[in-house]
This record gives sequence, C-alpha cells and structure tokens, in this order.
Amino acid sequence: MTVALAVPTVTHQAEDTGELRERISIRNLNFYYGHHLALKDISLSLYLNKVTAFIGPSGCGKSTLLRVLNRMYDLYPGQRAEGEVKLDGEDILAPNADLNLLRARIGMVFQKPTPFPMSIYENIAFGIRLYERLSKSEIDDRVELALKRAALWEEVKNKLDANGLSLSGGQQQRLCIARTVAVKPEVILFDEPCSALDPIATAKIEELIDELKADYTIVIVTHNMQQAARVSDFTAFMYLGELIETNATSNVFTNPADHRTQDYITGRFG
Amino acid sequence: MNRTIYGARSRRNTIAMGLSLAATLLGLGWLVLVLGALLWKGLNGFSLQIFTEMTPPPGSDGGLLNPIVGSLIMTSLAVIIGTPIGILAGTYMAEYGRHEKITTVIRFINDILLSAPSIVVGLFVYEILVRPVGHFSGLAGAVALAVLVLPVVVRATEDMLLLVPQPLREAAAAMGMPRVTMILNIAYRAARAGMMTGVLLAIARISGETAPLLFTALNNQFWSTDLMAPMPSLPAVIFQFALSPYHDWQKLAWTGALLITLAVLALSIFARLLTASRKES
Repeated sequence: MTVALAVPTVTHQAEDTGELRERISIRNLNFYYGHHLALKDISLSLYLNKVTAFIGPSGCGKSTLLRVLNRMYDLYPGQRAEGEVKLDGEDILAPNADLNLLRARIGMVFQKPTPFPMSIYENIAFGIRLYERLSKSEIDDRVELALKRAALWEEVKNKLDANGLSLSGGQQQRLCIARTVAVKPEVILFDEPCSALDPIATAKIEELIDELKADYTIVIVTHNMQQAARVSDFTAFMYLGELIETNATSNVFTNPADHRTQDYITGRFG
Repeated sequence: MNRTIYGARSRRNTIAMGLSLAATLLGLGWLVLVLGALLWKGLNGFSLQIFTEMTPPPGSDGGLLNPIVGSLIMTSLAVIIGTPIGILAGTYMAEYGRHEKITTVIRFINDILLSAPSIVVGLFVYEILVRPVGHFSGLAGAVALAVLVLPVVVRATEDMLLLVPQPLREAAAAMGMPRVTMILNIAYRAARAGMMTGVLLAIARISGETAPLLFTALNNQFWSTDLMAPMPSLPAVIFQFALSPYHDWQKLAWTGALLITLAVLALSIFARLLTASRKES
C-alpha cells in the first residue's frame, strides 16, 4: 500500500522488518464539538503491527482523534467529523456504517478501568457471546486465553466468579484489556490506559502492549512522554487541534522537525 | 484577633444551635407521640384473630383478613401495572432520550404527577373506570394506585440510571454492544439496587393511601377477591371504623393502622439494606 505524502515513511528503524501495511488512513479530518473546531485537517496513517502514540498537551485533541476512530463521539449529539477515515479501505465515517460491527473490530481501553458490574468470567464471556455462538467449554478456553494474554490469569484463576469490581485498579485495567482482546478486534485504542495506575501496574500494561502489537494495530494516547518513547513505533505530536508532526518515535524524540515538538518533549510547555 | 467579634459570633452560634435543636425536638416529639399512641392502641387489639377473621359487624368479634387481602391484591396489581411502565419511561429519559427536549417536558410533568394530591388521581380514575362501568371495583382501585406508583418509579429509574458512570456506557459501546444489550445487562445491573429501592418506596407510598381508594375500590364488609367488585382495603376500613361510634371497630382501626405502619417500616428497612449493599459492591 502506498503511503501518502503527508506521512513521512520510516527507513531506519532497527525492528523494522518487512513493509509497513496501512490499516487506518485518516485524510483531511476535521472534527467539531458543536461549532468548535477541535481537530484541524488531520492526515495520518496507522500501521499494522505497529504502536502509534498520540502525544501533546491537554486539550490538544489527541483523545478526540482516538474517539473518532471507533466513532465513540456518535453517542453524543452535536459532535461530528468531516473528512475521510478508512479502515482497510472501508469508510468509517459513512453515515450508514454499522457502529456495533465497527466497534467490535476496533476495541478500546479507557483511562479509568471500567469493569462491568458482573463476575470476572462474565466480564470477558459477555463480549465474546455478543458476536459468536460458542459452547461453554470453548468460551471457557477463550476466557482463559484472554486472561493469560492480559497477564491476569495467575492472579484470578481461582476466583473467576468474583465481581470484577473487587480487583485492584491495575488488575481491573488488565481485565478490561482481556475483555477487549477476547472479542478479537483488529485495532486496539488505548486512551491514557495507565494514568490511573501505579508504576508497577503501568509496567505490566506497557509490556502487554508490546506483546499485543504482534497481532494488532495499536494506538495509544498518553501524557507520559517516557511511555510514548518506550512503547510506540510511531509518534504523532498534536497541538491545539493540529497534527504538528508525525514520524518514527526515535526520530520524534531525538530529532524533532518542528520547534513546538521540541519544546514539548523537552518539557518547555505542556 | 478581636475578642468582641469572636464572642458575638460564638453567641450567635449558640442561639442558632439552640433553635435547630428545639425545632428537631418539636418535630420528633410529635412523631414519638403518634407512634407511641399507635403502638399502645394498636398492640392492644393485636391477636392472631386479626389475620384469620373477616371484619365484624358492630358489637361482635372479628379480624381484618378481608381488607388485608384486598390491600395486598390491589397493591400488587398496582405495582405490576405501574412498575414496567415506570421503568420503561425512566429508561427512555436516562438512556435513549437523555439529550432530547421532550425528556425535560416528561420530567416536569412527572414531577407534577409525583406531587399531585392523591384524591385528584382517585377522582380521575373514578371518571374513567367507575362511572362508565356503573360500580366501584378493585381493578379501579389498583389502577388509581398504579397512577401513584408510576411517577415514583419513573423518577427513581431515571435518577439511578443517570448515576451509572458514562465511561461504563462507553466501554460497553466500545465492544460493539448494542444499546439495548448495554441497558439490560450493564446499566440495569449497575442501577438495580436503586431502582428496587424506588419500587419499594412506591409501595410504601401507596400502602397508606385512602382517598383514591374511596373513589374507586370503595370498601367491602365481606371477603372478596373479585376485581370487578368493590374491594376492601386496610386504609378504607381504618377510615370507616375509626369514624364509627363503636369501640371494637375503633380498636380494629388502630390495629390496622399499626399493621400498615409496620409494613412500611419493614419496606423502608429493606430499602435501606439494598442501598447499603449497593454501596459495598
């Protein structure tokens, strides 16, 4: 797949093997909260098996951009997106797009852990049953697999019937990741997944993201620049609703093209 | 520091506290007196007979079995009619129509209904279900009570669903969960205790209502479970017996009042327990 001009290609990353495959293409995206223009003419590509981080100061539009990708904004009146966003060539913004199917393909993990008010087991099984008809033992297997992927299995395998809310914050967040992974999405969106967690839980989640990218296209919004540097392959710096710069993470952090990016990553503002 | 200013403020504080305390004692005092009289007079006539025998003619022994059963039937029917409608309406307001203008209108009207005098509701049901039919009926009584249940349940359902954190809805939507599935399995589950409490409070509210029943179910001296016939109820019997000159009827009225109070007390305690268990989970 050709990569649009607006997006610099990467040539010198050590772990780069093989070609980049574009999963999601964003072209000339504008986003409005009522009359307020929150995203200005964003063009960006998100690649398979890569982690792309959105960084920037609060209010820069990075979460808004993330919420366009699974059309979460559709839950609220007065919010609308213009432009083109495609998942494997399919128009995400089409008015007749089936949002439930779209969201089943593009999973999302939120800032605060949001376990459903049900057992640990049901938290995961419920999502699986939404789109697949499986036997009890198959679901058991999928639940176990998802919990193992989220590095939570060892901690909860003896209390699968306990309420999901009884877990610690970090465990709850991993439960949410397990739940997201269990429905086998193609893209996973992380919206500041570690901002409510302690450093140990954060390390676990980052490790997990690194493992998950073998199978998924991953996007992560983060306030933490070290985290962006640690987990992402590509970084997009946003400021005041504009995409200032996007490039391989190593480039953005060592040799930013724009002075605003430099100011931000060196901590001069934001 | 200015001692004069502090002293004046401190005196004002003492006065305000004294007034608040006096008002509290005054309010609680009446309540204690009412409950004391109720317990004293009600327990006086309390016996197993109350639950096994019908209301007696003046001057002979009897119980309250027929009004107890009548009250149970009409209250249950009212809850069966009012709760589903109330829950559906509350669900529309909190989930589907949250951002719609009509929801504001519905909420306003519902609040009016919530504080409408129950006698107006009785009169309304009398006009649509009693006069056209030509006679009083238990069904009309149940419908009148259902109209009283409805706004309480609507309000409780909406309030409790609005308390369900929005991220939980987003998380459900983010998994591709259809809205109706989210409401049934996530929102209701999270709001369950509060919604149950609302229904219990609605029951507590209607269990002492007399005015709407006088217009609709009227009363019945005899055993009757026929929904199309006048049906006895505890409040109506209390009303009738308390106003009568017969001592044994008055005694039964006190006992009936005690029964209702105890039932409402039990419901309130149960509702409290539900709320407490919700906070723990």
